[in-house]
Amino acid sequence: MSTVKLTVNGKAVAVDVEDRTLLVHLLRDHLNLTGTHVGCDTSQCGACVVHMDGKAVKSCTMLAGQADGANVTTIEGIAKGDELHPMQAAFRDNHGLQCGYCTPGMIMSAIDIVQRHGGQLDETTVRHELEGNICRCTGYHNIVKAVLDAAGRMKVSQAAE
Amino acid sequence: MYQTTYHRASSVDEAASLFGKSSEAKFLAGGQTLLPVMKQRLASPSDVIDLAKIKDMIGVEASGDTLTIKAATTHYDVATSDAAKKAIPALAYLASLIGDPAVRYRGTIGGSIANNDPAADYPAALLALDATVKTNKRSIAAGDFFKGLFTTALEDGEIITAVSFPVPAKAGYAKMRHPASRFALTAVFVAQTKSGEIRVAATGASQSGVMRVGAIEAALKANWSPSAIDSVNIPASGLLADIHGTADYRANLVKVMAQRAVAAAG
Repeated sequence: MSTVKLTVNGKAVAVDVEDRTLLVHLLRDHLNLTGTHVGCDTSQCGACVVHMDGKAVKSCTMLAGQADGANVTTIEGIAKGDELHPMQAAFRDNHGLQCGYCTPGMIMSAIDIVQRHGGQLDETTVRHELEGNICRCTGYHNIVKAVLDAAGRMKVSQAAE
Repeated sequence: MYQTTYHRASSVDEAASLFGKSSEAKFLAGGQTLLPVMKQRLASPSDVIDLAKIKDMIGVEASGDTLTIKAATTHYDVATSDAAKKAIPALAYLASLIGDPAVRYRGTIGGSIANNDPAADYPAALLALDATVKTNKRSIAAGDFFKGLFTTALEDGEIITAVSFPVPAKAGYAKMRHPASRFALTAVFVAQTKSGEIRVAATGASQSGVMRVGAIEAALKANWSPSAIDSVNIPASGLLADIHGTADYRANLVKVMAQRAVAAAG
C-alpha cells in the first residue's frame, strides 16, 4: 500500500491504494468519480481519458502511483458550476452521442485536440486525432461535428477572457 | 494485475540500485506496453521502477551533426521538438505515427527500443540511421543492440539513458499502419548518411524483428529513386504472416514502403 497524493479537479486528495491500482480505479473506486469509464481496458478505446498536467492520457494505462504529485482533471471537473464546458455544450447541441459510454473520454480527448491545434482544425484532422477514442455506436459523424463546433466556441471564450 | 511494488527513481543511479535490491524488477517508463502486459498477467514483476521523472533522462538536443534524444522523452515531445524536426524530420514524423495522441503523451523512445516489439517504429529508425544506444554502462551500436523478437543486448538491470543519431543527408519513413493497433503492418526507414552510405531498415516484416534490407540498399546506392526498387526481389521466407497479412504481402509492402520512404526523403 502507498499513499498517493494528487490534485483532482482542483482539490488536493491523499488516497491509500495498493501499488497495482490503476489511476482509473483510484478515480472511480476511491474518489467515486465514475464519469471516467473503463471500456476496453486494453489502452485502445479511450473511454478512460483524463487530463494529467494538461495532457489527455489513458487512465487505465497508468498506475495511480505514476500520478503522484500530478494535477488531474476528469469529466466532472470541466464545467463551471451549472455552465457546461463549451465542448460539453457542443456535444449536446450536435447530438454528439448515442449510448454515451465513450462520451467522457471523447470530450476529454477533444478538448486536448482543440488546445493543441487551436484554430487550425478541420474535419480530417479531427477524425485523425480521435483515433485513440472508439465509439461502438459508430456515432462519429456528430462527434466530429461537435468537436469542430466547440473549437469555434473555445476560441471565442478564450478571446473573451 | 498481480501485486507489485511501485518505486519512483529520482536518478539513474537510484534506479539501478533499486533494481539490484529487488527480486524480479522491471523498469517502467511510459508504461504503454508494460502496464497492458501486466494487466494481462503476462508479466508479474515484484517491483516496478519508474524512470519517467528522472530529469537527466528527458530532452532532445542537437549539437553539430548529432541529435540526441534522452531515453524518457515521450513520442509527443519528439514529434513536436523543433530540434528533431530540423535535424531529422523523418524521425519526428515517425514519432507522430506511434499509437494515438494519448499513447504518445506517455510512451518513450527508451521504452520502445528496450521492448523491441517486431512491429515497433523506433527500431527501424535506429538501425537505418546507425544510431548509438547509450546506457548507464556503455554505448551500443544499433546494429548490435537489436537481437530478435523482444530481445536486446541490454543486460539485466542496464538502463538506456539516451539515443544519439548522426544527422543524415537524407532520410524518409513510410508506414502501413495496422488500423486498430497502430503498429506497423510493415514500415521502412531509408537513410543516406553524410558520407554517402545507404541504410534501409524494415519493421513489422521479419520474424526476427527489425532488419536491414540489403537488396534495397544496393539498388538505392546505384540509383537513389523510388523506381530503382521496382526490380528488387524481396523473398517472403522468414517474414511474418498472420491474419492481417501473409508473408508475400509483407514482402511486397517492404518494397512499396521503401519506395514511399525514398519519395518522402527526396
